Amino acid sequence: MKVNEIRALFPILHQNVNGHPLVYFDSAATSQKPLPVIEALDRYYREYNSNVHRGVHTLGTKATDAYEGAREKARRFLNARSMQEIIFTRGTTSALNLVASSYGRAHVNEGDEIVITYMEHHSNLIPWQQLAKQTGATLKYIPLQEDGTIDLNDVEATVTPAVKIVAIAHVSNVLGTINPIREIARIAHERGAIIVVDAAQSAPHMKIDVQELDCDFLAFSGHKMCGPTGIGVLYGKRELLEQMEPIEFGGEMIDFVELYDSTWKELPWKFEGGTPIIAGAIGLGAAIDFLEQVGLDAIAAHEHELAQYALERMADLEGVTVYGPKERAGLVTFNIDGVHPHDVATVLDAEGIAIRAGHHCAQPLMKWLDVTATARASFYLYNTKEEIDRFIAALQKAKEYFSHVF
Amino acid sequence: MSSNHPLDQLYRQVIMDHYKNPRNRGVLEGTNVDVNMNNPTCGDRIHLTMKVEDGRVADVKFEGEGCSISMSSASMMTQAIKGKTVEEALRLAHIFSDMIQGKAYDDSVDLGDIEALQGVSKFPARIKCATLAWKALEKGLHGHEHEGR
Ligand SMILES: Cc1ncc(COP(=O)(O)O)c(C=O)c1O
Repeated sequence: MKVNEIRALFPILHQNVNGHPLVYFDSAATSQKPLPVIEALDRYYREYNSNVHRGVHTLGTKATDAYEGAREKARRFLNARSMQEIIFTRGTTSALNLVASSYGRAHVNEGDEIVITYMEHHSNLIPWQQLAKQTGATLKYIPLQEDGTIDLNDVEATVTPAVKIVAIAHVSNVLGTINPIREIARIAHERGAIIVVDAAQSAPHMKIDVQELDCDFLAFSGHKMCGPTGIGVLYGKRELLEQMEPIEFGGEMIDFVELYDSTWKELPWKFEGGTPIIAGAIGLGAAIDFLEQVGLDAIAAHEHELAQYALERMADLEGVTVYGPKERAGLVTFNIDGVHPHDVATVLDAEGIAIRAGHHCAQPLMKWLDVTATARASFYLYNTKEEIDRFIAALQKAKEYFSHVF
Repeated sequence: MSSNHPLDQLYRQVIMDHYKNPRNRGVLEGTNVDVNMNNPTCGDRIHLTMKVEDGRVADVKFEGEGCSISMSSASMMTQAIKGKTVEEALRLAHIFSDMIQGKAYDDSVDLGDIEALQGVSKFPARIKCATLAWKALEKGLHGHEHEGR
């Protein structure tokens, strides 16, 4: 993988911030966009903007082909069996809410159990919390090991036959833990539960095969994988999606409408009420092409190297605590003794380095870590070891600066 | 580190002093104003207790967790409003809000230590940190404006 050639495709990276060349270490929040994606959006709006699945004019046909073509790209990206299993949503959050509201309301009853983990992002936590409250089901948490990993024995113990849904992140946005989805899916299925996978932090960074994982639902967001905001994917096994009711009603999703009753279109359109996210889907399609061209295995290997290098360098810094396991995805969450993460982020920003500070939408996990907030540096295919060197130097500066002002 | 670091206008000496040695830290028992507030996007939180008597802030304490800016702002706020009338405290909150957003503000009132937070207005990402305690103050005093008259 030639990082310099990749960087050349990301115009935003070539700028100074506060007088220093930008180091963008916040891709876990949202990634930057390469020219092929920006150009695909531009071309759509300039050349064939039109509504889809309506009318017979030429532009409409072009837009429909591009929109459905993006669905085929997403199918291929996940190795799903059929395009009917690919539903476009606004992002991971709305995909997970769709599963909780539609599948969840239909299949979860009082006395049933729903299982998640302590490392979930709020968007894979609150929909299940709400579902449990609405149905009288019990929400249970799989505990974490000290290093932030999951022990399959705990999965075995938590997933009882009363469990209907197991919902879990593929990769933690805080710890970087990569969860053994295939094994957890096997346990869930043995106990008669389904498994819902939050792939927001895995889909951008590694090859995913939904048939191999044998997951029932899987959700991801386009904006974290070089695509535009406002588009995401819900993958669902066809036999499950077929039984499910839509949660949004209106145009585009209906078959026949009578005065007092209506029927729905077939999959996947029954879940896509209203004018769909046409430009977003086309942009996502371009992002998938781009990532596949670079190669997801190459991207994963590059990020692994960056994360291991960052861990190594940070281990040499006194007073820096790093959270999460050694084997991890491309991000490092940490704290500097005596310096609040906001202050760390401000010092780094003054050096042109963008990191995230806060609770990362994972308040229960912050409690588990016994911190109120943390700082996080997250890497992507366009980042380099030299940038990590600058990051380490800036951390040293932050430590010095605060020891000086104190 | 050299004294002309670009961050020095943010992290002024007074601010660091309040962060290290917060004034009026703690929880008042049996008070008539008790406010919990947090900044859900970053996890900062404040617990503000005040004793409002005869239209005056007779006593005030705060507890909380957060960055240097949010905690020093809380400390300065309690120092500034203690003993002031409710109207004066709210007026100060108003001036502070203008100052922190970089707007022109009423400089007829002596702001004391608070003035050191003016530099925050140049760091838009940190304005929310500075305003948390003052939002809690406004919420807590709401409804007490016309007491003791
Ligand atoms: C693990 C995880 N799940 C879910 C989400 C939510 O994604 P979105 O905000 O795109 O819906 C995020 C993004 O922050 C995430 O990191």
